[in-house]
Amino acid sequence: MYTVELSKENFGDGEAVLDAGRAAAFEARVAADEFIEPKDWMPEAYRKTLIRQISQHAHSEIVGMLPEGNWLTRAPSLRRKAILLAKIQDECGHGLYLYAAAETLGVSREEMTEALHAGRAKYSTIFNYPTLSWADMGAIGWLVDGAAILNQVPLQRTSYGPYARAMVRICKEESFHQRQGFENMMQLAHGTKAQRKMAQDALNRWWWPSLMMFGPPDDNSPNSAQSMRWRIKRDSNDELRQKFIDVTVPQAEILGLTIPDPELKWNAERGSYDYGKIDWEEFYAVVRGEGPVAKDRLKARVAAWEGQAWVREAALAHAAKQTMKAAA
Amino acid sequence: MMPIWEVFVRSKGGLSHRHVGSVHAADARMALEGARDVYTRRMEGVSLWVVPSAAITASDPGEAAALFEPAADKVYRHPTFYKVPDDVKHI
Repeated sequence: MYTVELSKENFGDGEAVLDAGRAAAFEARVAADEFIEPKDWMPEAYRKTLIRQISQHAHSEIVGMLPEGNWLTRAPSLRRKAILLAKIQDECGHGLYLYAAAETLGVSREEMTEALHAGRAKYSTIFNYPTLSWADMGAIGWLVDGAAILNQVPLQRTSYGPYARAMVRICKEESFHQRQGFENMMQLAHGTKAQRKMAQDALNRWWWPSLMMFGPPDDNSPNSAQSMRWRIKRDSNDELRQKFIDVTVPQAEILGLTIPDPELKWNAERGSYDYGKIDWEEFYAVVRGEGPVAKDRLKARVAAWEGQAWVREAALAHAAKQTMKAAA
Repeated sequence: MMPIWEVFVRSKGGLSHRHVGSVHAADARMALEGARDVYTRRMEGVSLWVVPSAAITASDPGEAAALFEPAADKVYRHPTFYKVPDDVKHI
């Protein structure tokens, strides 16, 4: 799953004046599609932007386990339960690959965890919507992970080596997430009348939030140009959103479900679908933490972290004791 | 605070271990178990190494030129530097 860059700040580039030579060499390397590695010199703004982007992405993976965990004990079959459990484990793994990549930039795991729990760091708005029915497990895999794949594939070539390598692993695993979701939706869409209704209801609720996952419209995405130049973002929000709509509409047709957008129409001239207006007020409200279950999500994360503190402490105490014994 | 361990995976017999990422763990045993869960959920490997990150000494990118560029003008270290007649076989 994926987060868009949500809390962007503008950085002054005073340091570029101080360090013009190294900065110019850095920009040239990035422009030539070379990879930047942890110990290489990099502008402070690049480092900070990456720490924010990678850690928010990691937080999204971790928080993303919660909406799915909600259905784990109520999966309709052992097969579905095993699949869902594997998917949730993957989300955890993705979070850990990304935390590890962010740590190479000089931020600690504790600092990142603390920023999330204190509400300073953002995660993807999509996880602040509740998962109301089993069909949501299908819709999330199909739509949310589908949107995530489109966002993430270009990041496999992002300029920061550890981030790019983490994305390669993540993208490999993400495809399973989307396909199991589509298969789940297909089973419901071809099932009883009640199951079809459940699938349609899930599509109705997840469609617009999925489109918002690509971030604000290009003309309202002020730092995109710099991120594009630094190769930490490789396609514009609107381009990716359009691509998602164009590939997803035919999939919905195969499912026999209706996309909840009366203005959705094929535009032969553009070779793309025209679509209705996105409610950006809702998006910004969710970013501000007004999503239906935002408070529950953070509460669950903090409770898990604090409730398991004794396990971390015991492991460290055990390790210290073993070291002492070995020395004696 | 849990120390960081670098994780290396041998993807199959005959290949060397390759760096894949890192994990936090209190000790080596816990690091191995964490690495197994985080990096080998899909048969990615047959063997794992975990090394305390602090034990790794890395070369300084600032010294890359001094370390690696001298090799660039020593082309005579490559077999293609030497011209031999076309009719000389098995060489």
